[in-house]
Amino acid sequence: MSAQLLGLHQPGTTWLHRLPAGAKLLGLMAASLVVVVVRGPGSAVAFLAIATVLLVWSGARLGLTLRAMRWLLLTAAILGAWTVWQNGWPRAVEVVGDLVALILLATTLTVTTPVDEVLDAVARGLQPLRRVGVDPEAVALAFSLMLRAIPTTIMLAEESRDAALARGLERSPRARLIPFVIRVVARARDTGDALHARGIGD
Amino acid sequence: MSEIHLEQVTVTVPTHDGEREILHETTLHLVEQRIVLIGPNGSGKSTLARLVNGLVPATTGRVLVDGLDVAREGRDVRRRVGFMFTDPSAQLVMPTAREDVALSLRRQVRDKAERLASADRVLADFGLEGFGDRSVHALSGGEGQLLALAGVLATEPSILVADEPTTLLDLGNSRKIGGLLLGIPQQLVLVTHDLELAARCDRALLVRGGRVERDGIPAEVIEHYRRTA
Repeated sequence: MSAQLLGLHQPGTTWLHRLPAGAKLLGLMAASLVVVVVRGPGSAVAFLAIATVLLVWSGARLGLTLRAMRWLLLTAAILGAWTVWQNGWPRAVEVVGDLVALILLATTLTVTTPVDEVLDAVARGLQPLRRVGVDPEAVALAFSLMLRAIPTTIMLAEESRDAALARGLERSPRARLIPFVIRVVARARDTGDALHARGIGD
Repeated sequence: MSEIHLEQVTVTVPTHDGEREILHETTLHLVEQRIVLIGPNGSGKSTLARLVNGLVPATTGRVLVDGLDVAREGRDVRRRVGFMFTDPSAQLVMPTAREDVALSLRRQVRDKAERLASADRVLADFGLEGFGDRSVHALSGGEGQLLALAGVLATEPSILVADEPTTLLDLGNSRKIGGLLLGIPQQLVLVTHDLELAARCDRALLVRGGRVERDGIPAEVIEHYRRTA
């Protein structure tokens, strides 16, 4: 996932937009199970075709979506090349087809559903667990913080990379990694302080 | 006006060779409306401010806010004391401006739709109409700090602690946020390097080397700080 993917939501009036967030989440979970359980390159191509149709139907802006997904697609391509080398074409089509189909389905959810609706659906879905001591709102907040942390972490990685570049240390993993890890931990502590100060968890 | 009372408070932190004292035995009674803490970096002024809502626990001594012990009644104290951080991006934890203010209001307003409507009213009060759906990542430094202030004051605390709230802002935004802070009806404990802003408070404390070196009228404390910095 990238920072851009989180900002892909696009208001609309399609059937996919009108479907409740909880139904879409459940659908995505069910589709993930089916994609993993059903084996073979033929089914992978079918899943990919269905996912592509859904994404196009959602009205996703092609250029923006592709730009946001480029690193995921590159990863899928590398994985595909590796699988061709190790296990041959049919297996590679199955692995990459399944992976990209799931990415497209998740992107369709992101395009058609605001983040707060997803979080509300998570909180509602966890309501029955209140009886065993789970606080659904706290879990939903944890999801939100996780989503919030992704672009922040990417920003910190980019700043650490730029700082290493500015010092001529672009080839030093230590110069890039150590400041990055320290800043991520510091940011996590700051966020914890902010939550504490706002009385969250009291 | 609220009362903040520090009674022989010491703060120490563990180090690899023992412990280091961040704040030396300090006793204070703060009742003025606008109190400013000034001093060099690493002097202990942020630690002193953070004691007020329990973000930093006292190693010895005790801190009372309106008679409530911060160590034992932290939950009640945090309902009275709002806190504003230097970097708003650490403070804003929800995806959009409206949701972030609504998070602050979750205790006062149980119904979600009503809470979001209240959040919109708070945003409007702070001149942030139209920002409700805006991602908190897309806000400028000044807008982010304004939203952070809106989120804190939405809960109507009786005290606001602001830890260098203008340090990361440009001159215009710094003046805007500073002016807003000085105009709030709540008791304000402000940590700042902005001596112009500090001069407009009612009481100033110069913190240096973990001790309150001067305590009094801002003009005199600032003058002493300028001479000895």
